[in-house]
Amino acid sequence: MSWPAALALAMRALWRNKTRAMLTTLGVIIGVASVIAMVAIGTGAQQRIAQQLENMGTNSLVIRAGTVTRGGVRTGAGTTTSLTLDDAMAVAELPGVLAVAPSVQASAQVRYRGSNWGTAIQGVTPEYFKVRSWPLVAGEVFSQAQVANAGHVCLLGQTVVRELFGLLEPIGESILIGSLPCRIIGVLAEKGATAWGSDQDDAIFVPISTVQRKLRGITYIERIELTTTGREASFRTSKDITKLLRERHQLGDETDDDFRIYNRAELAQTSEESARVFTWLLGSIASVSLLVGGIGIMNIMLVSVTERTREIGIRMALGARARDILWQFLLEALVLSGIGGLLGILVGLGGATAVARFSQLPVEVTPPSVLIAFLFAALVGVFFGLHPARKASRLRPIDALRYE
Amino acid sequence: MAAPLIEICDLKKVYALDGVQIQALRGIDLRVDEGELLAIMGPSGSGKSTLMHILGCLDAADSGSYRLRGEDIGRVSSDALARLRNREIGFVFQSFNLLPRTSALENVETPLIYAGVGKAERRERAREALQRLGLEERLHHLPSQLSGGQQQRVAIARALVSRPSILLADEPTGNLDTATSDEILSLLDNLNRSTGLTIILITHEPEVAQHAGRTLYVRDGRLEAHP
Repeated sequence: MSWPAALALAMRALWRNKTRAMLTTLGVIIGVASVIAMVAIGTGAQQRIAQQLENMGTNSLVIRAGTVTRGGVRTGAGTTTSLTLDDAMAVAELPGVLAVAPSVQASAQVRYRGSNWGTAIQGVTPEYFKVRSWPLVAGEVFSQAQVANAGHVCLLGQTVVRELFGLLEPIGESILIGSLPCRIIGVLAEKGATAWGSDQDDAIFVPISTVQRKLRGITYIERIELTTTGREASFRTSKDITKLLRERHQLGDETDDDFRIYNRAELAQTSEESARVFTWLLGSIASVSLLVGGIGIMNIMLVSVTERTREIGIRMALGARARDILWQFLLEALVLSGIGGLLGILVGLGGATAVARFSQLPVEVTPPSVLIAFLFAALVGVFFGLHPARKASRLRPIDALRYE
Repeated sequence: MAAPLIEICDLKKVYALDGVQIQALRGIDLRVDEGELLAIMGPSGSGKSTLMHILGCLDAADSGSYRLRGEDIGRVSSDALARLRNREIGFVFQSFNLLPRTSALENVETPLIYAGVGKAERRERAREALQRLGLEERLHHLPSQLSGGQQQRVAIARALVSRPSILLADEPTGNLDTATSDEILSLLDNLNRSTGLTIILITHEPEVAQHAGRTLYVRDGRLEAHP
C-alpha cells in the first residue's frame, strides 16, 4: 500500500468519527499547549531573574577582611588588619578588573543644628560610586586630592538627608560627624534596601582617609569592592585575588585566608540554576497532561480496533497484509497526535500571549520548546498508537471476519 | 491434462468450541480445474464454510495439503497469503461484507489499494467493474443506501476488480429474495461462461446448485459426489 493511499485511508476513517477524533485530539492539544505555555512562563521568569541579577551587577566582587587562625589559635578581630590600600591597588592591576573601591566603615552620631541621627560612616574613594553604579542627584563626588589629605567633606544618602534636613537643601551645609565638622558636597540618589533588608541610603560617605585617620585612627581597610569585565572574569579574578592576597599577606600553606571574597556571579549562577530547574519543573508537569492525552489516544484507538474488527477482517480478505493494517491504525494515531500537536502549538502561543497581557508575568516562547513539545506529541502518538495497531494487525483474518 | 487450479489432499481441520473439539473437516480430497463452476452443498454445520475459508486462504488446515496453481499454501508466509487473497481470490459473502460508511466506488477500489495500484487507475478500474454490473448510477452511494441485491453486486464488482482466478461465493443469495437471487445467480453463471472464471459456490439450496456444472456434497466433514 502506498503512503498517500494509507494516509488518505487514515484521514477518511477519522473523518467518519469527527466528534470522537476532535475530543481525542483535544487531550493532545491541551498537553502541547500547556507544555509550551508553562515553559514560556518559566523561561520568562528565568530571563527576568537574569535581568535583575545583571542589574545588581554580576560582574562585581567584594573582598572583606576576615578572622585568622594561626597554628590552631584564633587570634581574633585585631589580626584582621592585614587588608590595606596597597592590597587594593595590587588587586586593581589584575587582568579582568575594571575598577576597585576600598572602604572602611565607622558609625557615629551625626548632628545638624537641632537634629541628630546615628548612621554608618563609609570611608570610600571616588571610584566607589562607579563600582556601585550609584549616581548623585546633586553636588559632586570628592576628589582624589581630598582623599589624599583626609578632607572634611561628605556625601549624604537619601535617608540621612530626610532625617537631618527634611525639605531643606543640604548641599553646602556643615554637619558634625561625632566631633568632626564636615561640609556636604553631594547627595546620592535613592538606592533602596539590599536584598537582605538593610537600608543602603542610611549612610554618609567621606574620603577613606578621613575615617582611617580622623574617626578611627587605623591604617588598614575593611572591604574592597571591585568590578570585573564580566561574569566569566569574576570567577577567574576571584581565584587570582586569593592567590595574590595570600602571597602579599605571606600566608603559609597551613594558614587559612585572612580575607573572604563574595562573588555576586556565584549568587547569580545559583539563582539562574534554580530558575532553570523551575522551568523544567513546569514543563514536566505540563508533559504529564500530554501523557494523559496520549493515553486518551490509546483508549480511543483500542475502542476503534474492537469496533472495526470486522472491517479489519474484510480488509484482510481483500488482501491487506498485517503491516497494512498496522500502518492504517498507527497512522490514525499519528494524525490525531500530529494535528493535536499543531493546534496545541497555536493554543499554546495564544495562551502565552494572553498570560503575558493579563498577568504582567514575563513570558518568552522559545522555538526549541515548541519543537520539543510537538515532537513529544508525535512520540506520544507512536507510543500509544502502537499497541492498538499491533493488536489489530495480529488478528487472524478468519476471526476478524467472523467477529460480531 | 493441464495441472489443476486447486488440488486438495486429505485436508483436516479441528477446532475447539466451548472446550469441545469439533472435527470440521475429516479428510477432504478435491480438485478443481480452471473454468469450472462448482457448487458445494451441505447442511449448516457440515463444514462447508470451514472448507471455503481454507480455500480462500483465510484459515489454515491442521493437516493435509492444499495446492493453488501448484503452490503449497501450507508453506507460504502470511504476507504471501495476503497476496494470494488479493490477486488470485475474490470473495462474495452471504452478508455482503462491504465496508460500512464507504461508497460503492471506494469499496471496489479497496483490493486495488492493497495491490499498490495508483489512484487514477484504481478509480477507473473500480468504475468499470461497477459499470459491468449495472451500478454506474450508484458509484457514490453508501452500502446503507443500496438494496440487498445492489450490495451483493457491489461485492461481486469488488471481488472481480483485481481480476482473480477464483471467485469464492459463500451462500451469496442467502440474504436475498428469490427474484434477486436468480438475478445474482445468472450473473455468476454468465461470468463463468463468458470469461471462464472459476467459481466455487457454497450453498445449502438445491436450486442454487442447479446452476453449477458440478455439485459436491459435504457431510460430516467429508466430500461426497452424491447427496
